[in-house]
Amino acid sequence: MSWTDKLPEEIDDPMVKGVLENFKASVDAWSDAAYRRPRTVVKAARHNLRLAATWALGCMLAAGSLAGGLYERHRRQELARVEASKAAVKAAEQKAAQEHASPEKAVNVKATAVTKRQPTAVKKAANENEDLLASVDSDVSRQVPAAMEPLAQMMVDNGTD
Amino acid sequence: MTAEAAEEIAAQDFASIVESHRPQIFRFLLASLRDVDLAETLTQECFLKAHRNWKHFRGDSSAMTWLMRIAINLQKDHWRNRRLQFWRHTQANAIGVDEASDWLPNGERSAEQQIVAREQVAQVWKAVDGLSARQRTVFLLRYVEDRELSEIARATGLSEGTVKAHLSRALARVRAELRGTR
Repeated sequence: MSWTDKLPEEIDDPMVKGVLENFKASVDAWSDAAYRRPRTVVKAARHNLRLAATWALGCMLAAGSLAGGLYERHRRQELARVEASKAAVKAAEQKAAQEHASPEKAVNVKATAVTKRQPTAVKKAANENEDLLASVDSDVSRQVPAAMEPLAQMMVDNGTD
Repeated sequence: MTAEAAEEIAAQDFASIVESHRPQIFRFLLASLRDVDLAETLTQECFLKAHRNWKHFRGDSSAMTWLMRIAINLQKDHWRNRRLQFWRHTQANAIGVDEASDWLPNGERSAEQQIVAREQVAQVWKAVDGLSARQRTVFLLRYVEDRELSEIARATGLSEGTVKAHLSRALARVRAELRGTR
C-alpha cells in the first residue's frame, strides 16, 4: 500500500495492515477472474424464459376467458330452454283449463237464454204438471186397495156408508 | 484543427480511458456489490454515462476520480431503486462473505497460514458488510483501490475530515471483527 497521507491507525498495526493487504489481494484475484471470464448469454436465456412464461400465462388467460364465455353461453341457453319449457307447460295447462270450463259455460248460457226467451211456456208446463198430479192424487184416493175390500164391504152391509 | 479532427481525438482519448480504467471501476463495483453480473452492468452504465458527458469533463480532477464519482452515484441510484423494487432478488444474486474470501491467492504461505488468512479476509468482508454505504465506499476506495484521502474526498463529494472520520470508524470496526469483540 502506498498512501502518502496515512491515518495514525494505519501506521502502528502491522497485523491489520497484513490482513488488509490480503483483503485487497483477494478482491483483485476475484475481480480479475470475473473480468476475464467468458461471457455467457444469460440475459438472452432469461429473456426467452420470461417471454415463454408470458406467452404461457397469456394463453392460459385467453383459454380461461374463452372457456368461461362458452360456459356462460351454455348456461344461458340451458336457462332459456328451461324457461321455454316451463312457459309451454303453463300455456298448455291454461289452454286445458279453458277447454274444460267452456262447455259448462255454454250450457248455462243456453239455459239462461231459454229461460229468458220462454217464461210463459215454462209456467204453463209447470201448471200442467201440477194439474196432472192433483188428478192422479184424487183418483188414487178414490180407489180402495184389494186388501181393504172385505172391510169396505162390511161397512156397506151395516149401513154405515 | 477542424471540429471533426477534434472529435476524433476526443474519441481516441475516451477509448484509451475506457481501456485503462474499466478493470478498476469493475473491481470497485464488484467489491461494493459482491455481484458479478450487477457489477458488469453498472460498469457499462458508468462508461456510457461518461461517454455522454465526455465533452463536459474539464479535467479539474483525474479521469479516474471523475469515473469513480459516476460509479458511486450509479451505485447509490441502484440501491435506491432496488430498495423500492426487487432488493431481495439483488441480495440473492450477491455471493456470501465466505465465498468472496475464497479468492485469496496462495502466495508463499503454508496451508495453515492460508486458512488463517482466508478466515481473516472473511472477517474483513463481514465487517464491510456491517458498514454504512458511505463508510463502505470510503473503506473500499482506500484499501482496495489505494486512493489518497484527497481523491476519495473528490470522488465522494465529502470533505477530507469527513473521509478521515468514516475511515477511522470503518477501521475500528474491522479491528473489532478481527479481535472477535463484535
